[in-house]
Amino acid sequence: MFESSLKQLGDALRAKKISSVELTQLYLDRIAAHNPALNAYITLNPEMSLAQARAADARLAAGSADALTGIPVAQKDIFCAKGWLTTCGSKMLHNFVSPYDAHVISQFNNAGAINLGKTNMDEFAMGSSNETSYYGAVKNPWDKARVPGGSSGGTASAVAARLCAAATGTDTGGSIRQPAALCGISGLKPTYGVCSRYGMIAFASSLDQAGPMGRSAEDLALLLNTMAGFDERDSTSLQRDKEDYARDLNKPLNGLRIGLPKEFFAEGLGSDVARAVEAAIAEYKKLGATVVDISLPNTRLSIPVYYVLAPAEASSNLSRFDGVRYGYRAPDYSDLADMYEQSRSQGFGAEVKRRIMIGTYVLSHGYYDAYYIQAQKIRRLIAQDFVEAYKHCDVIMGPTSPSTAFKLGEKGDDPVQMYLSDIYTIAVNLAGLPGMSIPCGFGDNDMPVGLQIIGNYFDEARMLNVAHQYQLATDWHNRAPQL
Amino acid sequence: MSLSTQDVEKVARLARLAMTAPEIETARAQLSGIFDLIAEMQAVNTAGIEPMSHAQDLSQRLREDVVTETNQREAFQAIAPQVEAGLYLVPKVIE
Repeated sequence: MFESSLKQLGDALRAKKISSVELTQLYLDRIAAHNPALNAYITLNPEMSLAQARAADARLAAGSADALTGIPVAQKDIFCAKGWLTTCGSKMLHNFVSPYDAHVISQFNNAGAINLGKTNMDEFAMGSSNETSYYGAVKNPWDKARVPGGSSGGTASAVAARLCAAATGTDTGGSIRQPAALCGISGLKPTYGVCSRYGMIAFASSLDQAGPMGRSAEDLALLLNTMAGFDERDSTSLQRDKEDYARDLNKPLNGLRIGLPKEFFAEGLGSDVARAVEAAIAEYKKLGATVVDISLPNTRLSIPVYYVLAPAEASSNLSRFDGVRYGYRAPDYSDLADMYEQSRSQGFGAEVKRRIMIGTYVLSHGYYDAYYIQAQKIRRLIAQDFVEAYKHCDVIMGPTSPSTAFKLGEKGDDPVQMYLSDIYTIAVNLAGLPGMSIPCGFGDNDMPVGLQIIGNYFDEARMLNVAHQYQLATDWHNRAPQL
Repeated sequence: MSLSTQDVEKVARLARLAMTAPEIETARAQLSGIFDLIAEMQAVNTAGIEPMSHAQDLSQRLREDVVTETNQREAFQAIAPQVEAGLYLVPKVIE
């Protein structure tokens, strides 16, 4: 049952071979057995999950079930879910029981999916290793001495360990794709604006995007069908016709032009990762694709640009946490200003404070043009690189991360080393393009390697087709860690 | 780029973060390293390039000027640190 696809689970539920209550309980038991070693979940609430499962069973009995009705899906703890503790990985929200649902959560609720629990994450999604969570580091199920990646590390670990049927993530600079790669699962960051940001705790609003994480491209298509959609409560939600992201899964890949950016295969890429990615490209040639050499010349600049723009937006977004209306308030303070300062200093962790300070600095008087405006200008150059590249190819491929999962604590003291590991994912967010990662083999130490597939705007259905055809020809996505 | 202790203290104050002297020093060293990374940007010629503030060049949607939110004061105040008579309590601001 734990190896079944979402489609198989849906079929089994509709055929009454298993009830949603039974399926949910199976997962809750598996979580109880294995989560203590992985720390993939921050909050479980079996009572609420099983109440949803009973409602799903009633809907299944009435014959009004959707594709995901009765299926247990874990939710990244960045999504507000009514009645659920929603911490965003921070002490600041250690007591925040959300009074409302994020749009993505209500989409899953309307579909009859079960909220299986809230997954661990880097604090306010700021991190690439899931070590900045106030609730402790998450372990990679392939090797518990290693990180799962971040910031959606709890989700990636839970999906890889089969502690949920599928789950959600969010991606501001690679936070879906990099943990998907490091844990050997599939993950998709849609085009900016496809999934509503309403109720998704904001990090960098012009970059944040929700997306599905699961075991296969086929599963991701079903999840995205549920998650995507216009929402007037998000001012950047896109008004587009509803589409079926699974519609092209079975198209052959004959004639597909794959762009390989030379900057993604240069210095800094681990040789074990390069081998696995090159083998995947060779497989695509067998499937009928052709390869085109392209260049994304401003790739290197995406890191400095991102580490100006994202902290700038974060410093503004996180100014709302002041200890007045919700969240953490310091126990002792002398006056109002001291209450703000003590609450924020005690409620935020080191990485969050670091980014708030970077953002405050680059937005402050005298530095705004040199940093913030200059970064926005280079952002346009980075986006234009992709426009130029897509004149010559249909999708772009390369590694998701320069290395496989590193050891816990290995990059702990040096934020710059951690930031550099985002080199292949960040430009996609800056441009607002869709990107995904699928497993394509194993590197040194038998850790999973991810293949990144970057699509043109609104090309999710094609990317899922490209990923699905690879997964029909290979079995990397079916490999599971021994727990 | 090397930040001074005063730079970091000023930023901490603007960001409403209370920091001890050793914390300021650690932050100074780390932020200086991060700004070295960011400094790569300065050499790029961006004359004539429009700043890109957003992934989609869309204009802001407008809506009818009508009330759409319902009153949820009790639900929101149930999770507040300190409330009284429907009001959020903070330390006295005006003597």
